[in-house]
Amino acid sequence: MASVELKSICKSFGSVEVLRDVNLSLEKGEFVVFVGPSGCGKSTLLRLVAGLEDITAGDLYIDGARMNEVLPSKRGISMVFQSYALYPHMNVFENMAFGLEQARLNQAEIKARVAEAAEILQITPLMERKPRQLSGGQRQRVAIGRAITRKPRVFLFDEPLSNLDAALRVDTRLEIAALHKRLSDTTMIYVTHDQVEAMTLADRIVVLNAGQVEQVGRPMDLYEQPASAFVAGFIGSPRMNFVTGETAEKHGAHTLGIRPEHITISRDAGEWSGSIVHIEQLGSDTYVHVRTEEAGIVNARAIGANAFRAGDDVFLTFQSDAVHLFNADGLPVGSART
Amino acid sequence: MPPAEAAATAAATPVRSGTLSTLSRQRIRSAWVFLAPMLVVLASVAAYPLYRTIWFSFTDASLDLISEARWVGFRNYLEYVDYGNGQGEYFGLLADARWWRSVWNTIWFATVSVSFETLFGLIIALVLNEQFRGRGLVRAAVLIPWAIPTIVSAKMWAWMMHDQFGILNDILLRLYLISEPVAWTASADTAMIAVLIVDIWKTTPFMALLILAGLQMVPNDIYEAARLDGIHPFRVFRKVTLPLIMPAVLVAVVFRALDALRVFDIVYVLTPNTDATRTMSVYARENLFDYDQFAYGSAASTLLFLVIALITISFIRLSRMDLEGKEE
Amino acid sequence: MTARRWLTRAGFYALVVVIIVQAIFPFYYAILTSLEDGQALFEVNYLPAALDFSNYASMLTSGVFGRQILNSVFVAAVVVVISLFLAVTASYALSRIRFRGRGLLLLTILSVSMFPQIAVLAGLFEVIRTLGLFNSLWSLVFSYMIFTLPFTVWVLTTFMRNLPIEIEEAAIMDGAPPFTIIRRVFLPIMWPAMVTTGLLAFIHAWNEFLFALTFLSTDTQRTVPVAIALISGRSEFEVPWGNIMAASVVVTLPLVILVLIFQRRIVSGLTAGAVKG
Repeated sequence: MASVELKSICKSFGSVEVLRDVNLSLEKGEFVVFVGPSGCGKSTLLRLVAGLEDITAGDLYIDGARMNEVLPSKRGISMVFQSYALYPHMNVFENMAFGLEQARLNQAEIKARVAEAAEILQITPLMERKPRQLSGGQRQRVAIGRAITRKPRVFLFDEPLSNLDAALRVDTRLEIAALHKRLSDTTMIYVTHDQVEAMTLADRIVVLNAGQVEQVGRPMDLYEQPASAFVAGFIGSPRMNFVTGETAEKHGAHTLGIRPEHITISRDAGEWSGSIVHIEQLGSDTYVHVRTEEAGIVNARAIGANAFRAGDDVFLTFQSDAVHLFNADGLPVGSART
Repeated sequence: MPPAEAAATAAATPVRSGTLSTLSRQRIRSAWVFLAPMLVVLASVAAYPLYRTIWFSFTDASLDLISEARWVGFRNYLEYVDYGNGQGEYFGLLADARWWRSVWNTIWFATVSVSFETLFGLIIALVLNEQFRGRGLVRAAVLIPWAIPTIVSAKMWAWMMHDQFGILNDILLRLYLISEPVAWTASADTAMIAVLIVDIWKTTPFMALLILAGLQMVPNDIYEAARLDGIHPFRVFRKVTLPLIMPAVLVAVVFRALDALRVFDIVYVLTPNTDATRTMSVYARENLFDYDQFAYGSAASTLLFLVIALITISFIRLSRMDLEGKEE
Repeated sequence: MTARRWLTRAGFYALVVVIIVQAIFPFYYAILTSLEDGQALFEVNYLPAALDFSNYASMLTSGVFGRQILNSVFVAAVVVVISLFLAVTASYALSRIRFRGRGLLLLTILSVSMFPQIAVLAGLFEVIRTLGLFNSLWSLVFSYMIFTLPFTVWVLTTFMRNLPIEIEEAAIMDGAPPFTIIRRVFLPIMWPAMVTTGLLAFIHAWNEFLFALTFLSTDTQRTVPVAIALISGRSEFEVPWGNIMAASVVVTLPLVILVLIFQRRIVSGLTAGAVKG
């Protein structure tokens, strides 16, 4: 039996339809990431599961029970908010205990559960502090701790890392992954617009675009076999190169999609020729932007430091087995590979 | 869509019933429970009394016989009494010269006081918007007239404007601005000026604060950009600052105008019983409680209410359009 | 250039001095007058010439002025407590819950706050007489709701609308029903706004004149604005200006001090009440 099941879910705000016919089935213990550009409806979808928004049409089941009209607190879910949403006037203990108090647990049970959660997240020494006395990372842990104490069946994360600085974001990402391992029975739904988070955390990714599910699949499946030009462009960093026009038609497609990592640069020979307009040095990699006659500006990855300079004339060659062909509707032509 | 945005979109449209979750139903139910006490109080303290006032204005109610009031139609407003010999006369509020005088007084008072308050308020707000040493002190000082009860300021000024012992006459005499003491509050020529002086003094701070709030919403880098471009400060004020703060100023002006149209306290205390300053509110109260013309006073109250209601409605209409324009 | 700059600067500070002097001089002069007695009263002094507290003594000991101050304190305090209590729950509903008719309700409340008091005076007089509240302080507590309630609701609604929505959603996820959200989550965050709003409502109630003049008829029941307005001498030439000024200072000084202490908050409260209209 699926842990969370969405059947033909639709959501409108007035006459504006933000979600259309969403069908999803999440396994127990699975880590599922909703990803998509802002405005695609991913947060709304999460809030429908949480019960913070009313479902316009369709059905939501958690562990087989229909949840459409059930109070959020009775759905067996917990949520970690983007802004953490800690109660500013309560200390860490009170923040974590508030939900348990509302559920009328006895004091001993509350203490035990909070202590257990605090132990997992290593925030036991912070129990007396108020949120404003905590760093961003500590607040994040308290927010997660508050969610854990309720022992949810489903754990919801709404862009939980977007308020952290870059270094902390990586650490916290790893911790969330560890938490998922630890709470292996708990289904997790995680919303982000950052495809790196999606790729690294997810068992399965749900790509949303304009209120519809664009593709569902394991991260590497999405990377290797995107179901549309949209998914191909969204998953993978830096973005896939899209080539249209004559060059694409030569390959029997409306659009060619080639990832920067599948293009090699040479000074001597290659399929396309052009001159370098811009170079981005990242240390381990270098991204070279080349203006070509055949394909416009193409971004290619070169490994490590190298001697290319802006203005240099170079040749580009792409691995033909890694080219994605799309028709005018953005859908793959025949099989995704040639 | 971020949650706040989603909520804003949702708030703008009515919730479709039939698909409401327990949460929405619980919340809507508590909304009405929470609102009920306030609504009951407002109904009994505003709606019902207003209805009764309007009703009294169509009756012959008198102060002691309120409960025996009988319907008399528009008589309190206007009535033509035919003397039978081909001659007749109009009676009622709309034919009462003293009423029209008080209408004129009120409009004159509102126009002049709000104009000066806006001008002075703008000047003070511009000063307070500058960075200079002692700004906190100025702001504190400016708040004092606002904090003083209206009655107290009327009395304070009444004493300062005393014809014999008043310091105002003393100052003006020393400066050779007047040649002999002026009976500010007692003389019909100056009574309105006296009322205006006190009101402007007392209410300018409120205006200044509202305009200052508007000024502080103007981002600082606009000024810096203008300074870098070498634009004359006066030009910056006229072309940049003024258009940006205009909405805030307009709202403040409307609020003040509505307030000025119902002025009572200052006039009643500073210049009692003179045609020169009697405003609509004073006129209405005199008839209600001093002259035992309860119904007639109610008619005056009703007319004043109509005037203010018209202005309020058109203001809300206009500002709503403006708000929607900003949202798009 | 420097001379011109210096002139501009001098002009600016001259303006600042004018603003300060016009703002504080009348109150300064009231204090000055209140400390003079007898003959000194009838000489125009610009600087303190005497330090005579007899005006204060006679105001506070003889007559009912002390009682009247208590009346004012009682009315204003009760009005503040009741209107804050009613306004907190109402403004939660108005700011946080979507329901049909919310916009109309907000407009109605805004309109009531612009009501001319005189328009309800006749009707209120009847209601108060019917309820048997005439010449009772409760008549003022009741009637002052017409201006304090819309004001507090409006300001608190504006304030609550700006509170982060996620905190409330966290509380919903935690299973807190609406009243618990108000009591346990919003109230503790909102107390600064409550203090400001309460203070402004207190000042409104403390200063009110028209209702107090109309609904109270005996000296012992009166509030201070009416009491001060009605102080008079046997003739125009015997008006006890010293006493009037002493009474004025007594009722104003606490307000001025409060306003100066809370000036930042008051400024933001006032603008929330008006600009957001």
